[in-house]
Amino acid sequence: MKFKATTAIAALAISLPALALADADDDTLVLNGEIEMVTKTAAPAHLADSLDEVISGWHMRSDETQVMQADDFDNPGMIFVEQAMDDWETEMGTKGKSCASCHGDVEESMKGVRAVYPKWNDNKETVYTMEMQINDCLTNGMGAEAWKKSGAQMARMEALISVQSRGMPMNVAIDGPAEATWELGKELYYTRTGQLDLSCANCHEDNYGNHIRSDHLSQGHTNGFPVYRLKNAKLTTAHGRFKGCVRDTRAETYKPGSDEFIALELYVASRGNGLSVEGPSVRN
Amino acid sequence: MASGVKPRVKAPKKAEAGEVVTIKTLISHKMESGQRKDKQGNLIPRSIINRFTCEFNGKSVIDVTLEPAISTNPYFEFEALVPEAGEFKFTWYDDDGDVYEDAKAVAIG
Repeated sequence: MKFKATTAIAALAISLPALALADADDDTLVLNGEIEMVTKTAAPAHLADSLDEVISGWHMRSDETQVMQADDFDNPGMIFVEQAMDDWETEMGTKGKSCASCHGDVEESMKGVRAVYPKWNDNKETVYTMEMQINDCLTNGMGAEAWKKSGAQMARMEALISVQSRGMPMNVAIDGPAEATWELGKELYYTRTGQLDLSCANCHEDNYGNHIRSDHLSQGHTNGFPVYRLKNAKLTTAHGRFKGCVRDTRAETYKPGSDEFIALELYVASRGNGLSVEGPSVRN
Repeated sequence: MASGVKPRVKAPKKAEAGEVVTIKTLISHKMESGQRKDKQGNLIPRSIINRFTCEFNGKSVIDVTLEPAISTNPYFEFEALVPEAGEFKFTWYDDDGDVYEDAKAVAIG
């Protein structure tokens, strides 16, 4: 591991003169020496006018942070996945059921789930995020209290479910009944907010690869969520991150779990269609 | 016992005699520094792992004193010489008197 990290740094140093300093690097993410992740790919058709290539935020992080994510033992997010594994087996609520009572082995039943969420739910006639599905299970299926939206318990359960889809391409559906929600998300993405008058696109589409103060701007994809953030040593959900971004434009933010953030989550996820699911990823 | 404490170790199952192997350890622990205050302004009492040791067949490999400034979920990566087949024993000492242990056997071959 140590040797690998050193060679990666050496390789980077040699290639520096040829590269613009701020661009995404050319490293490859191989998870646990087994799963090769797609971290750069052709942009989905609906982005034809704005981006040629979609790039995972992994490329914008330092070599040290990148290496951390490449090994499950080094990835601090996996601690939360283990905790969620305990939750998975724990009976909750009045019906005496655990997640495992209905869904059995998480590795089997949750495989591929993360890659297609948020998605249209026929019964509820609305777009469902993973979080809504989890709370639906808790309240209706198990007779338990709903978990706090974007709370710690929710984030780690999302991480456990994400792990089962790692390496699979993000593939959320944006046509059919989900289209209206997707359109709303798109509108929000390009709407400027706050005293700083910034939209999502101003940073993550127009200026990715550049620095905003000391932070290296990514394209803002959600394939790595929930992410383990080094700054607070916790998992952060997509809605938690959206809230942070909107707040940073000095606006009053929407709430995690609000219709606006659900729509935005669907739209942002669709921008990253084709990138490998990485959650829980490691970011600054 | 502090809640959610769980030790983890990654060590090779096999090594050549005399080989130097890399060992990684991680323990989930909140590592409350004792410097922070709660919302009422009261000091939150210190609660950290204050010592970590690793032994191979009873012989000390590493013995670490941890201080309050160390972050949550302390991670140690170090190298150890494996002269013969045996067992690595890992011990973490909590401020509250709890001791957490883990062990990994290494075969030669």
